[in-house]
Amino acid sequence: MKIFLIAEVFILVFALAIAVLRSLPGPVFFPVRALAVVYVDLFRGIPTILVIYILGFGVPALGLPGVPVEPLFWGVVSLVLVYSAYVSEVYRAGIDSVHPSQAAAARSLGLTHGQALRFVVIPQAVRRVIPPLLNDFIGLQKDTALVALLGVVEAFRQSQIDVAGSFNYTPYIATAIIFVALTVPMARLTDWLIARDKRRQQAGRLA
Amino acid sequence: MSAAALEIAGLRKSFGKLEVLRGIDLTLAEHEVVCLIGASGSGKSTLLRCVNLLEPIDAGRIVIRGEEITTRGVDVNAVRRGIGIVFQSFNLFPHMSVLDNITLGPRKALELSKVAAEARADELLSRFGLADKREEYPDRLSGGQQQRVAIVRALAMQPGLMLLDEVTSALDPELVAEVLQVIRELANEGMTMLIATHEMGFARDVASRVCFLDAGVLLEEGTPAEIFGAPREPRTQQFLQRIVEAGRL
Repeated sequence: MKIFLIAEVFILVFALAIAVLRSLPGPVFFPVRALAVVYVDLFRGIPTILVIYILGFGVPALGLPGVPVEPLFWGVVSLVLVYSAYVSEVYRAGIDSVHPSQAAAARSLGLTHGQALRFVVIPQAVRRVIPPLLNDFIGLQKDTALVALLGVVEAFRQSQIDVAGSFNYTPYIATAIIFVALTVPMARLTDWLIARDKRRQQAGRLA
Repeated sequence: MSAAALEIAGLRKSFGKLEVLRGIDLTLAEHEVVCLIGASGSGKSTLLRCVNLLEPIDAGRIVIRGEEITTRGVDVNAVRRGIGIVFQSFNLFPHMSVLDNITLGPRKALELSKVAAEARADELLSRFGLADKREEYPDRLSGGQQQRVAIVRALAMQPGLMLLDEVTSALDPELVAEVLQVIRELANEGMTMLIATHEMGFARDVASRVCFLDAGVLLEEGTPAEIFGAPREPRTQQFLQRIVEAGRL
């Protein structure tokens, strides 16, 4: 759960940054855009488990001075890198779905490109992509189990230990229930947020 | 003699192979209200978007009060702060209350304090009979109210020039009058305006000059009496004839 929460915060921020970089206009920013594209292609292409192995075992093995060696750290970094690639695409779809006339209206008031994004485009984009974002976070929550491969003890790893000690497989079921129990409240919270937003903006139409 | 409020010279604009504006020359004196009329696709909207630098131009120049805004190195945002534009489809920000829609520009682009920006917004809202709507979201307003809010949003920047792009075309007929009334008030106060419109009756009332745009060319211009009473160009006559037949004049 801790892994998930830490990773989620970084992903939300990092992925948005990638999506924004990819939306920068004009030829000046071509290298930035290209870099963002390469990043997304790379980390969507490599299986998560490979990234975790490479970073979790590979980097500490290099023995570089000043580089952390804790498996938990590299586990979280791997998840952030992989999921940010997915989530940035979700954000980008959201940004693209906001009609250009909204950005034009903001720019016509004299707002900069950045201000138009921040105050007008991104708030609308984020509202629209909450359901697919949640989808990715449920995936993330499940993939935290992969970090166990590095020796970090999370729920799944703990259940393996328990099973090994007792040859009783119910700990797996218990773990499965824990994962479901964690994702369901998030799903309901999202539904509620979306419903509240709709109510606030459109109540007058129905009246 | 003081510089013109707006001077457009030799303006050309193409979208791909389609040349939408083919050498437009147009000058607005201070406090002048000029109406652009012409069929859909004649270039009216594009012309307005070019003046607000929302579309880059291919040739020609645009000068506002003696300062050319179409040269390199111009601060685009500073230029836009001085020009208000109102769109056919309102383009209010749906995730913000009316008040936030209006104060966004003054607060972020003019860097006014929240208090000052809200005072300015409240004054404009009550002037245009929208004071009770300040906390509402745009979707809860009628089209006419939304468009009036959009006009207030533009006015809150205290622009020296207003561009109105067919602001009543998306409205139900019974809502057109309230929006036109607002524009009339602005005209009476001496706001310099360039207005693209299909409302010929309104153009005749409010315009100091009317320009007929045809296929990207400013074919004819004159006083409303000249254009509507005795148009010289056959294309203008044809266009107005159709308008009359449609019962719109």
